[in-house]
Amino acid sequence: MENVLTFLTANKDAIFIIVLSVFLGFEVISNVPSVLHTPLMSGANAISGVIIIGGIILVGHASTTFEWVLGSLALFMATLNVAGGFVVTDRMLEMFKKKKK
Amino acid sequence: MPGQVVLEYSYLLSAIMFVIGLKLQSHPETARKGNFWAASGMILPMITTLILNRNGAGEAIGMGNVIAILLIIAAGTVVGSIMARKVKMTAMPQMVSFFNATGGAASAAVALIEYTKNPDQAVLVGLLGLVVGSIAFSGSMIAYGKLDGKVGDIFAKFMTYVNLLFMAVIVAVILLVLFGGFDAQTRTYLVFGLLVISLVYGVSFVMPIGGADMPVVISLLNSLTGIAAAMAGFIYQNEAMILGGILVGAAGTILTLQMCKAMNRSLINVIIGSFGGGGASHA
Repeated sequence: MENVLTFLTANKDAIFIIVLSVFLGFEVISNVPSVLHTPLMSGANAISGVIIIGGIILVGHASTTFEWVLGSLALFMATLNVAGGFVVTDRMLEMFKKKKK
Repeated sequence: MPGQVVLEYSYLLSAIMFVIGLKLQSHPETARKGNFWAASGMILPMITTLILNRNGAGEAIGMGNVIAILLIIAAGTVVGSIMARKVKMTAMPQMVSFFNATGGAASAAVALIEYTKNPDQAVLVGLLGLVVGSIAFSGSMIAYGKLDGKVGDIFAKFMTYVNLLFMAVIVAVILLVLFGGFDAQTRTYLVFGLLVISLVYGVSFVMPIGGADMPVVISLLNSLTGIAAAMAGFIYQNEAMILGGILVGAAGTILTLQMCKAMNRSLINVIIGSFGGGGASHA
């Protein structure tokens, strides 16, 4: 019980951010036309590559071989997620635009 | 420290850009602009983190590490863009699933490394990041394989019970690691066990779901990747990661529900129904 209380107090700011961003996420996506479902899924996927920041911090302060190897792998995969995600989304939306014309 | 202030506020700016990007992407006319906003919102914190990040001891990122990071990011960008450009339009959904898998794997790897740095302090968020990231990784890989025709379906009613069992085991192991009072050695074995179970669970979760329902499942796994990234952000107390991750987690969930609605199905029906495109009477 005491652990839980300490945790809640120590991470108050982060918990506030989490709870409020859940509502924000719900609000931002409201009634998307179904043609945009797949591009939006892809766009959101690219944003979930934000773990790339974690990869940068990890490799930035890596000291052991384990940290170097796994950290580099994580950073590489996160970059794939970010770069690939945004390019794929752009290609989908590009096609979508042409269709509309 | 002025650098720290600039860094933290660059995270706020990046979060705002993510929100604007997602908002614009939900309208047809502005969707492409929205993607650009979101991409800019990703590049900004990458640059500021690289220049301004300091570890607990107040050390900046060393020059050798900066070069390594830039090389890895360059390699990832080249490979990722080539893959994304070469893929056929009809194969887009599996491409998204593949990229989602790499994001999940990255989150799991980050959580695992952070645990090994500090095995005395297993934290709930770290374990959740590991579990959720691993499930998103193996699940997305199976979804990718199914859409690509490499993996077939397994129709079995009992899979639902197997999956429930897996979930119970995962919760039990997390509780054991946190409150079991084991020494660091045993706990490390448990954490690696947790990694394996989560990977297997991701497979058994997606396996029984039919190919036609894959877009919904990918969207669901996508929100899991977001949550995993947010959990990793919690470890670093990094606002950009927390906000970006949770934003994707929440928006992805709503999107998943909307996709189900467009298909005239409920999410439970998709997950437990264990059939794809077939007759609803089967359920």
